[in-house]
Amino acid sequence: MIGDTMRIVRLGLKSLLLHKLRSSLTTAGILFGVASVIAMLAVGEGASKETLQQYRDMGVTNVLVRSKKPEETQQSTNASSMWNVLGYGLLYQEADRVQNLLPQGIVVRSREFQRGVVHGEHWASTMIVGTEPPFLEVTNMKVREGRWITELDMQRQTNCVVLGESLARQLFPLEDPIGQTVLIGVEDRFEIVGVLEYQGRAASPNGTTLDECAFIPLTSSRRRFGDTIRNPSTNRWENIELHEIKVKMPGPEWVESAAGVVDLMLKPAHGAKKDTEITVPLELLRKEERAERMFSLVLAVIASISLLVGGIGIMNVMLATVTERTREIGIRRALGAKKKHIVQQFLVEAGVMSTLGGLVGVGLGLLVPLGIEKYFEQPTEVKTQHVLMAFGISALVGVVFGLYPAWRAANMDPVEALRHE
Amino acid sequence: MVPVAVVPAAAGLTVATEDPRVTAATDRPIIAEFVDVHRHYVMGKDNVVRALNGVSMQVRKGDYLAIMGRSGSGKSTMLNILGGLDRPTTGEYRVGGRDVGKLDDDALSDVRGREIGFIFQSFNLIPQLTVLENLEVPLFYQGRVGPESRAKAQYLADRVGLGKRLEHKPMELSGGQQQRVAIARALMNDPLFLLADEATGNLDSNTEREILDLFDDLRKDGVTIVIVTHNPKVAERADLTLWLKDGQVEKLVDNRAAAPAAGGAP
Ligand SMILES: Nc1ncnc2c1ncn2[C@@H]1O[C@H](COP(=O)(O)OP(=O)(O)OP(=O)(O)O)[C@@H](O)[C@H]1O
Ligand SMILES: [Mg+2]
Repeated sequence: MIGDTMRIVRLGLKSLLLHKLRSSLTTAGILFGVASVIAMLAVGEGASKETLQQYRDMGVTNVLVRSKKPEETQQSTNASSMWNVLGYGLLYQEADRVQNLLPQGIVVRSREFQRGVVHGEHWASTMIVGTEPPFLEVTNMKVREGRWITELDMQRQTNCVVLGESLARQLFPLEDPIGQTVLIGVEDRFEIVGVLEYQGRAASPNGTTLDECAFIPLTSSRRRFGDTIRNPSTNRWENIELHEIKVKMPGPEWVESAAGVVDLMLKPAHGAKKDTEITVPLELLRKEERAERMFSLVLAVIASISLLVGGIGIMNVMLATVTERTREIGIRRALGAKKKHIVQQFLVEAGVMSTLGGLVGVGLGLLVPLGIEKYFEQPTEVKTQHVLMAFGISALVGVVFGLYPAWRAANMDPVEALRHE
Repeated sequence: MVPVAVVPAAAGLTVATEDPRVTAATDRPIIAEFVDVHRHYVMGKDNVVRALNGVSMQVRKGDYLAIMGRSGSGKSTMLNILGGLDRPTTGEYRVGGRDVGKLDDDALSDVRGREIGFIFQSFNLIPQLTVLENLEVPLFYQGRVGPESRAKAQYLADRVGLGKRLEHKPMELSGGQQQRVAIARALMNDPLFLLADEATGNLDSNTEREILDLFDDLRKDGVTIVIVTHNPKVAERADLTLWLKDGQVEKLVDNRAAAPAAGGAP
């Protein structure tokens, strides 16, 4: 039985080799169809994967409220406004109210500002994040060495700092940073108590990745630097109590209503000014997933069309083959071939073309994303199920489009077929 | 290896005509039989071509029969029915005890594959296959390809003098050699009879003689042979000649009666 199958496949290959160019062109039709399907899906997956990961990193059970610089009005853009203090954003008091309204949630407040961090001759201008102990849990980070900010640090307003991995490497390329001190700004010396694990996440809304930040207790931040800080990029004084309130809810089913509550609460004070913004990573995630499904569907349709074109090519060639080999069909029928044998023979031929095309197409389809990653630095993601699907469809295309020609071959009158020149 | 029964061949064809000469029966078994076979082609409303118009005849084991007649007399039509490629419009064609007209397509294919060995005028080897693969085709459709079929192919190729050409493609062989391969292929399934349509029509006279000598050898081994030919020289090598005229049997001639030395009859 297996020997017979092998024989039929070998026979199919032999017959295809009678017309090498024609067979390879037809095979190429399927090949490029399969390759493009796999490559397209890989690029699509890759693009959305990065975004999806970014939203997951933000925490699917979190609701994030950020202070946002209000859009400049006409009056405030004149020169004198340089000397005015721009006040906006979230308040400590609002964080307390969020906590009261959402007792199940863990509320984390943070204040961010740009400062130089100096150790000896090493220097980095980076984002200083004043925050509190639960920040670590809510952002799902881990300490690599030393410790994180504690409640005691908060109470005592200690000058302690935890460095992001990249920042630590930049300031302490050779030494162990734990126990050493750095100068933040010009006069405040902080002791390094911990270094975080490398995260490799996308940049936060403030434009800096977590790996580059320096974390200090929120209380120390307020005490040493205050709420009114000059923004070095705009050169303006800004009064901001809090940049962000993160609320971690017990589960994803909570976030929608929690976001609604927070939105309602903030509306009176910030609704008109538009200086706060609520982000629900879970919603973004779902939206992206929906978009991705849609994208996949569109790709699948395009894929089907390209494979359909390949299938038509196969049908065309098989019809020509059947006509050319009418006599062979007559001979085989005379020698005892049943209709099913003839069907089998031509189906296998069509199947061999489409399967070979599919196989090489898979190979090419795996290479193309590698090239795209290398030369366009665009992330790609090849999913096994997509490869299997593309290959399966290609093999199926051969059978489906080979069916009619094979049926025609099998139903020829043997006498007529033998008389065919 | 090839179970060809060594039955002494003798006259054994019976035709249902009034001619008492041709009704002489023998005790050799009937392997194929026409009973009032008609084959009509309906071309139009009032235009029916009666290619066979009431033919009755029998082929007995060991016969060497030539079918002759003018062009259009129905020879090929008769051969197609004999070979199970076509069915009678009315009448019965029995082969191996079964009425072929009543078989479905698959069963008919099996009859062709098991009981009949076809030899064609234009050899009809499959060009992309080697000699060995061509020889194995009939057995392949019986699901009988294996070491045995290979040995048998080798045996028959040796027998037709092409034992060293098994791996050649048909294109690399001469016409006579191709026809020898075709004869070997026709023998692969140990058929009830060989059926040849103008088997030497495409060959020169020397090659023709070689092929006819091969037929003589085969029938000495008891192979039953039915040939269609235009060529009297070919027909006279057979024991019997069946003459067709306008789709009917005109006469059956025993060639050994004319030249007793040629046949093997007592
Ligand atoms: N498929 C067909 N359709 C219609 N008529 C046919 C068909 N096949 C054969 N005939 C007719 O049947 C008659 C017998 O044809 P057949 O081919 O059997 O003759 P033949 O004896 O083999 O002739 P030749 O010696 O030329 O090969 C002819 O009149 C032919 O035209
Ligand atoms: Mg003819």
